[in-house]
Amino acid sequence: MKRVRNAECGMRIGRAAGCFPKAFGMDAGCWMLVVMLMSLPLWGQKVAVRGETVYTMAGAPLADGVVLIRDGKIEKVGKAAEVKIGNDYTVLSGKVVTPGLIDAHTVVGLAGYYNQPHDQDQLDKSSPIQPELRALDAYNPREKLVEWLRGLGVTTLHTGQAPGALASGQSILVKTVGNTVEEVLLDSAAMVTLTLGSAVSRNYKSPGTSAKGVAMLRTELLKAREYQKKMANKDISKRPARDLKLEALAMVLSGKLPALITANRAVEIMTALRLANEFGFRLILDGAAEAYLVLEEIRAAGVPVIIHPTMARPRGDSRNLSLETAAKLKQAGIPFAFQSGYEGYVPKTRVVLFEAAIAAANGLAREDALAALTINSAKILGIDRRVGSLEKGKDADLVIFGGDPFEYTTHVCTVMVDGEVVVQGECREKR
Amino acid sequence: MIKILQYLTLLLPLLCLGQEQALVFQGALVYPVTAAPMEDGVLVVQHGKILAVGPAGKVVIPEGAEMHDLRGKVLMPGLVDTHSHIGDGDGGDRSATLHPDARILDAINVRDPHLKKALAGGITTVNIMPGSGYLMSGQTVYLKLREGRSIEDLLYCDDPLNSICGGLKMANGTNSLRGEGPFPGTRAKSAAMVRQLFVKAQDYQRKLKAAAGDPEKMPARDLQMETLVEVLEGRRIVHHHTHRHDDILTVLRLAKEFGFRVVLHHVSEGWMVAEEIAAAGAPCSIIAIDSPGGKLEAVNLLNKTGAILAAAGVDVAYHTDDGITDSRLFFRSAAFGVKEGLSREKALASLTIAGARMLDLQERIGSLEAGKDADFIILSGDPLSVYTHVEQTWVEGTLRFDRANPEDYQYAVGGYGVFREGFHAHGCLDEEGGGR
Repeated sequence: MKRVRNAECGMRIGRAAGCFPKAFGMDAGCWMLVVMLMSLPLWGQKVAVRGETVYTMAGAPLADGVVLIRDGKIEKVGKAAEVKIGNDYTVLSGKVVTPGLIDAHTVVGLAGYYNQPHDQDQLDKSSPIQPELRALDAYNPREKLVEWLRGLGVTTLHTGQAPGALASGQSILVKTVGNTVEEVLLDSAAMVTLTLGSAVSRNYKSPGTSAKGVAMLRTELLKAREYQKKMANKDISKRPARDLKLEALAMVLSGKLPALITANRAVEIMTALRLANEFGFRLILDGAAEAYLVLEEIRAAGVPVIIHPTMARPRGDSRNLSLETAAKLKQAGIPFAFQSGYEGYVPKTRVVLFEAAIAAANGLAREDALAALTINSAKILGIDRRVGSLEKGKDADLVIFGGDPFEYTTHVCTVMVDGEVVVQGECREKR
Repeated sequence: MIKILQYLTLLLPLLCLGQEQALVFQGALVYPVTAAPMEDGVLVVQHGKILAVGPAGKVVIPEGAEMHDLRGKVLMPGLVDTHSHIGDGDGGDRSATLHPDARILDAINVRDPHLKKALAGGITTVNIMPGSGYLMSGQTVYLKLREGRSIEDLLYCDDPLNSICGGLKMANGTNSLRGEGPFPGTRAKSAAMVRQLFVKAQDYQRKLKAAAGDPEKMPARDLQMETLVEVLEGRRIVHHHTHRHDDILTVLRLAKEFGFRVVLHHVSEGWMVAEEIAAAGAPCSIIAIDSPGGKLEAVNLLNKTGAILAAAGVDVAYHTDDGITDSRLFFRSAAFGVKEGLSREKALASLTIAGARMLDLQERIGSLEAGKDADFIILSGDPLSVYTHVEQTWVEGTLRFDRANPEDYQYAVGGYGVFREGFHAHGCLDEEGGGR
C-alpha cells in the first residue's frame, strides 16, 4: 500500500461530498473530511471514468469516452459504446476528462505561500554555482501551494530551485499527493537548473555581467570534464575525492541529466545553444521570452522549450515577452511545455492551467495547449511512460472538468492520482 | 479657380460637420449594464456623448450617420479600473508615512505604453494610485484614457487647483509597517498616526469655518490639511488598501470616527466580515489572484469574496492593480468571481458602473445611457470567455484601440520593444516583497 489509509474513511464519503473541497477557505470540519477523502481506499478498486469528451492525448478526443482504472493504472480507454464497464466498477462521470496536468517547471514545495524566510527555500545565495543542491532535500509535499495546484488539476510537478543562479541545483519530479518526498517522487534528480542573464547579477556579487557569468560556467564545466575523466580511471586509487558539485555537472556532461537553462532574451538563448554545442549536453530551454526572434536556431538545435508563464509580467529580461510565443513555437515545430515559473510576490504561484488558457486564447489551438500541459510536457520531462496521456498501463492520473478546461468559469470536478480521488470539487456546471 | 474656391467653401462646413457626424453601432449584443441586455441593440453617439441606446427599430438613426455593423459582436461600456499603477507615477517618499499633499498627477507619464495596454484590455477610465508602502501615500487621479500630450488632457476634473481630481490613497496592514524612522511598527501605531492627522485636520477645518472666508482670519495654507478637509467633507474619497479582516474593520472604525467616504481595496479577507462591511455601506474593490499567499495578509485571498460581498449587499468592483494583474485581462478577474458564485450581471457591473460609483463618476460613465460619455468597447464574444478579445475601444466617440490595426495590436499581445520602459513597480515588487 502506497499510502496510509483510514478504515473509517468510507463512511465519511457521503458527508465529504457535500462540503466545499477547494483547498482554501473551508471550515475546519470540512478540512478534516477532505483530508479523509484524500486517502479514500480506491486503491485496488476498479473505477470507470466516463466523459462527454475525453482528451486522451493519444489520438483524437473521444466523444462519450471511458477510462477504466484498476490498481492505480489505466486498464483500458475507448468509446463508451465499445468499452464494457463491469458491475464491480465505481463510475465517475463528467463533461470533460483530461490526463492529470503537468507543471513543467515550478518552485512550489520549495517556495511556500507565506513568503516568509522559513518557507522560502528556492535559492541559496551563498554562491552562484551550486548544482549539488538537491530539491529532494527541500521539497515540502504538504505545502499549501501544492494543495492549491492539485485542486486545479495539477498532478505532476517538475520543481526545484528558482532561476537566478548560474547553477542552482537539481530538480525533482513529483506527484502532487503524498506525505513525504520519497512517497511522491517520479524522479529524484530530473535536471540541473542553470540561469543566464541579468537575474544572476542581481543575486550575486559576481558575476556582475553576463559574459563573466558564462565564463564562470564554462570554467566549471571544463573542471567537471576533467573530473569525469579522472573518475573514469580504472585504477580506483588514482580517482579524485568525490566532489558533489563537479559530480552534478559531470552528470550533465555525460548526458545522464539534461541542463535546464533559463534564458529569456535572444542573446541568452543563443548563448545557451552555444554552450550546449561546446559541451555536448542535452539542453532544455526555460523561459525563452524572446524565442520568437530565434525560432530557426532553436529548431535547428533540436531543443525543447519550457515556455515562461504566458501571463508573466513584462519586466527584466522578460520585458519583451509575447502572449503569442507558444503559438509561434507550435508553428515552428518546436516541442514546448507550460510552466508556472517562479513568483517572488503575489501570486505566490501561478497555475499552469491558466497559463495554457491564455496561450489558447492567443493563437494556440485548444488541443495543442492541452498537449503542452500533458503529453508533450511528459515527453520533455522524460516521464511519458508513466504520465501525460490516458493510455493503457499509464498511471491513472486524470481530471474531470465541468466544461472547457480553459474557460475562466469552469470548475475542476474531480482529480485522480494513481487511481485515487484526491480532489472532489464542487462541480456546479449543469449537466 | 473661383469655381475651386467656391467648391472648397462649400466643403468647409462639411469638413467641420464631419466631426459632428453621428456614429451608429448596430447589430451587436448590447450590455448597457444598467438595463437588460439587448440581442440586437443600437448605439448612437455624437460629440463624444451617447445620443441614444436601445433595441433595433426603437432608436432613431440620424441622417448621414456613419454606420458600423456589429453583427456577431458584443458591445458594452468601457471598463473602469478602480486601482491601477500604470503611467509610471509615484507618490510620497521616505521622509514620512503620511503624504496627503503628494499628487500622483504631478508624476504620471502619459506616454507610458502601459496606458495603451489598458486600452487593449477595454479599460477607458482608470484610478491611478500611488503605492501602499505608506499609511497615506498621496492623492490618486481619475483619468480618461484619451489621446493626450500631458496629464491635463486625460483628467476628469476641470482644474487641479480648484477641483477634486482623484481620491486619497491610504493603506494599513503589513505593507506600511516598517518600524524605523518615521514609519509605524505596529497596527495600533498605524491607526494612531492616521487618527492624529485627522484630528489635526478637523481643527484646521474648524478654523476655516470660523474664518468664514475672511482672509485676516484664515489659517495659513497647508496642502496636507486642505486635502484632508476635502476628505472630511466627503468630496474626496479615500481609497484604502486593506487585506486582513481586522485591518478592514479598523478602516471602517476610522471612517466612522471621522466621517470620511471610503472604498475598501483588495479586501482579501472581506469574505470573513461581509456583514460588517455591508452595514458600514463601504463599497469594495477586489483583486483576484491566481493563488493565495505571497504575503501574510493575502494567505486567505479567495475568489469567493465577490460573491459573498455581493450577497451581503456590498457594492462590488474589481481592479487590476496593474502590474499585479494585467490590464489586458481585467475581465478575467470578474470571471473568477463568477466561477465562485457571483452573478454575470453583477460581474459586468463590477467592471463598469460599480467602479464608476466608487470614483463619483457614475453620472458620466459606467453604463450605456443617453447623455453619458461615449466610452464603449466591442468584443468578439462573451465578455467572460477566455477566448474573447477586445476588438475596439472607444473613448468619447474616438477609436482609441483597434485590434485590426497592427500598431495597436502589439499592445494586446506584447513583443519586442513594445513595453520599452519595462515594468515600473515603484518598489512594489521588490525582493523584499513589500509594496502593494
